[in-house]
Amino acid sequence: MPSVIYKIMPSVCFYFQVHQPFRIKKYSFFDIGKDSSYFDEEKDSELNNRFVMQKVAHKCYIPTNKMLLHLLRKYPDFHFSFSFSGVALEQMEKYSPEALASFQELVDTGRVEILGETYYHSLAFLYSKEEFRKQVLMNRRKIEELFSVKPRIFRCTELAYSNDIAKEAEKMGFKGILGEGVDSILGWRSPNFLYKSKGADIKLFLKNYRLSDDIAFRFSERSWKEYPLTADKFANWLSQANGSGETVNLFMDYETFGEHQWEETGIFKFLEDLPEKVLRDKDNNFLTLSQCENRYPVRDEIDVHHITSWADLERDLSAWMGNEMQKDALQKLYALEKDVLATGDEEIIDCWRKLQTSDQVYYMSTKGMGDGTVHNYFSPYGSPYDAFIYFINVLSDFKLRIKDNQKKYVERNKAEV
Amino acid sequence: MKKKILMFGWEFPPHNSGGLGTACHGLTKALIKKQTEIIFVLPKKLKGVDESFLKIISPDAPYTVMHAFDSPLSPYLNVKSYASDVFKDEPIYGRDLFEEVSRYAFFGEAIAKRRDFQIIHAHDWLSFGAGIKAKEKTGNPLIVHVHATEFDRGGGNSIDSRVYKIEREGMEKADKVIANSNFMKSIIVRHYGIPEEKIEVVHNGIDFSEEDTATESMHKIKEAGKKIVLFVGRLTLQKGPDYFITCAKKVCDFSDDIFFVISGSGDMEQQLLEKVAAMGISDKVLFTGFLRGERLKEMYKMADLFVLPSVSEPFGITPLESLINGTPVLLSKQSGVSEVLEHALKVDFWDTEEMANKIISALNYEPVCNCLKEYGRKEARNITWDKAAEKCIDIYNTL
Repeated sequence: MPSVIYKIMPSVCFYFQVHQPFRIKKYSFFDIGKDSSYFDEEKDSELNNRFVMQKVAHKCYIPTNKMLLHLLRKYPDFHFSFSFSGVALEQMEKYSPEALASFQELVDTGRVEILGETYYHSLAFLYSKEEFRKQVLMNRRKIEELFSVKPRIFRCTELAYSNDIAKEAEKMGFKGILGEGVDSILGWRSPNFLYKSKGADIKLFLKNYRLSDDIAFRFSERSWKEYPLTADKFANWLSQANGSGETVNLFMDYETFGEHQWEETGIFKFLEDLPEKVLRDKDNNFLTLSQCENRYPVRDEIDVHHITSWADLERDLSAWMGNEMQKDALQKLYALEKDVLATGDEEIIDCWRKLQTSDQVYYMSTKGMGDGTVHNYFSPYGSPYDAFIYFINVLSDFKLRIKDNQKKYVERNKAEV
Repeated sequence: MKKKILMFGWEFPPHNSGGLGTACHGLTKALIKKQTEIIFVLPKKLKGVDESFLKIISPDAPYTVMHAFDSPLSPYLNVKSYASDVFKDEPIYGRDLFEEVSRYAFFGEAIAKRRDFQIIHAHDWLSFGAGIKAKEKTGNPLIVHVHATEFDRGGGNSIDSRVYKIEREGMEKADKVIANSNFMKSIIVRHYGIPEEKIEVVHNGIDFSEEDTATESMHKIKEAGKKIVLFVGRLTLQKGPDYFITCAKKVCDFSDDIFFVISGSGDMEQQLLEKVAAMGISDKVLFTGFLRGERLKEMYKMADLFVLPSVSEPFGITPLESLINGTPVLLSKQSGVSEVLEHALKVDFWDTEEMANKIISALNYEPVCNCLKEYGRKEARNITWDKAAEKCIDIYNTL
C-alpha cells in the first residue's frame, strides 16, 4: 500500500448473484425404483421450481431490472456486474422468458458485466477439478449463447476462495477472482484495494462485508441502530472510503431486492436514490469489476490456504459440509462421477450435476439449531433431516438408474458383437 | 419477594401412572431449588391410616410440606374407570368420580383455612375444584396448570360434558392459565373460550442423571442388523398406537429387519393385539406391557428409533427421555414437544405413509440417526425444569 495517498477515487463495484437451484421434491423411500423425476413437485409450493422462479421473477428480477435500466439511462457513469448460475438461466428460459429478456436488455447496454462461475452452482472444486472445469466451461458457453459476452472475472460458488481456487481460475484464463474480505486473511489491511492471489497471477477483489451486509441483511432490521438506512447515509459511508481505498466491493444476492428485503421495506427506493447520492461526490464512481481490474494496481498479496466463503460468522464452508449428513451426501454423490460419465447419457449426467447444486446440502445444515436462538437458514423443507432424507432417497434411485443404464449398455454391445 | 405456593398436584414417580406425576415432581423440585416454598397437596389412598400426613419433601426447603388427602383419585381416571376400579368398600370415598372431585374440593378449602400462602397452583381438572374452593376461602390468586384436556384424552371423540364443565370453570375462575405448549394453548382458546392473554405457555422439562447416558450394553444384545422402533405410552386413542401399527405394516411389507415394540397398557390393548394379528405382523410387533424405571430405560437404549404418534399430545415427555437415553425420535406434529425439539423427525400423525418413509429412511441411512442422536441429546438436556420453574416464578410475581 502506498505510504502517501494523494487523490484516490473510491469506485463502487456492485456484483449481484443470480441463482435458483432445482429443488428436490418430497421424494419418499417408497418412490425408489418407481419415480425418476426428482425436481418436479406438482403442487404450488416452495418446492415447485416453476412456482418459485415465477414468484422471484415477479418480486425481484423484473422490477429490479427495470429500475437498473432506468438508472443506466439516467446516469451514463453507472456500471455494475452480475453472475448467473446456469441452472438459474435454464429455469428462466423455461419459466420466465420475460425475466431473461430484461437481463439481456441490461447486458446489451454494454455497461453491465457478467462474471464466470460453475453452471450448476456447485462445490465440485472440492471433489473433482475435472468436473469443476467442465461446469465453468458450460456456464461460459451458456453466457455467450444468451448474452454474447465472455466472462473475464471468476467467482466461485458461495464466494468460496483459496489460493488453489485462484490458481485454477487463472489457468482457465480469468483475469480476476472474487473472495470474502475475511478479517483473518486481511489482518490490518482494508478490503478496499485490489490484491493478488499468492501463487497465481490473478487479481483478487475482496468483499466489503460490512457495507454489503448493511444492504443485504440489515436494511430492514428495526433493532439496528442505523435503521432506517437511506441512500444519503449509505453514500456518506462510501465517501468515507475516499482516501483510504480504491474500490468498495458490494457483493450480494440479487434476490436482496424485493425477495429477501420486500418492496415494503423501501429497498427499491434506496436503490433508485443511490447513484445520485453517490455521484454527488465528484470523486466517486461506479465500475464493473473488469473496469476496476484495468484501472487499479495490485497493492499486496493475499495468502489463503483454507477455503473461505461469504456465509455466517465463520466465513467458511460449514454451512454446506458441517455435519455428517452433508459430508455423507456430498461424498456419495461425487463418488458416482466415473459411473455417471460412463453412461454417456446426457439426462443422467445433467441430473447428477443438478444434485451438486450447493443449495441441496445447505438445506441439510443443522448449524445454530436447537440452541434456543433463532436461526435464519432458509429452507423449503421442514427440517434438515427431511432435506437429507429426500436427497438420499433420490440418490438411491439415481444409482439404480445408473446400474440399469450399464446393463443396457452391456446388452447393446453384446448385440452389436 | 418469594411467594409461598399452595399446589394441588399428583403423586411423584415411582408411584405415578403417567406424565402428570413426573411433571409435578420435576417442577416442584426445581421450584424448591429456587427457594420457593410449596405446600404440596395430593390425593392418595391412605387406607384409613390417617386423615392427612405431613412430610418434608426436601431438606433444603424445610417449609415445603406435603399434605395427602385420602382418595383414590389419580390423573387418568375417567367416569368409567372410577366406577370399575375404585374400591367400593371404603365408605368415605365418593360414589362416583364427580362426588369424589367435590369431596377433594372441600379438602382444598380446609387446607386453605389452615395454611398460610399467597398463590394457588392446581394441576389438571381433578384438582381445579380444590383450587377454586381455596381461592374462594382466601381470596388468593389461582393458577390452573393445564397438562391435558378432555379433548386430548378422548382423542377428539367422546367428550364428557361434566368434565368439560369443570375444566372450563377452573380456567374461567383462575387468574392465570398455564398451558404446557402452544399446541395446548390453542386448544384452550378454541374449545374453552379463554382469552389468549390470560394463558401463559410453560414448556415441560426433563430430569436426567449422568449415568442415564452411559451404558449402551443393551445394544449389543440385539441381533446383528435388526432394528427396533419403539412406542411408549398408554394404549388409548390419544396416543395414536393404531397409527403406529398401520405404519408398522407398511414398513414390514418393505423390510424384514425392522421390529416394533409397544410398551404400555390401556383400554385399546386387546383391539391392538387383534389388529396386529389380522395384519399378519404379530411376529414383528411385540407388546411388553407397562414398563417403568430401569426396564423402561433399557428399552429406550435398545431401540433405534422412538416414535410418538399421538393424535393430540399437549406436551409429551417420553421423547425427551428417549433422547437422554441416546435414541433418536420421530414426533407427531400434533404434540407440544415438537415445539421445543428441533432435532427430531416430524410427521402428521395421520400420514402413516410419510411416517413409514421416515422410519425406513432414518434406519437405512446412518448419518440421519447419528445426527439426530448427537444433536437431539444435547437439545433435550437443555429443556430443563429449571427453565419451567423460572417461568412459573415470573408468573407468580405478576399476581
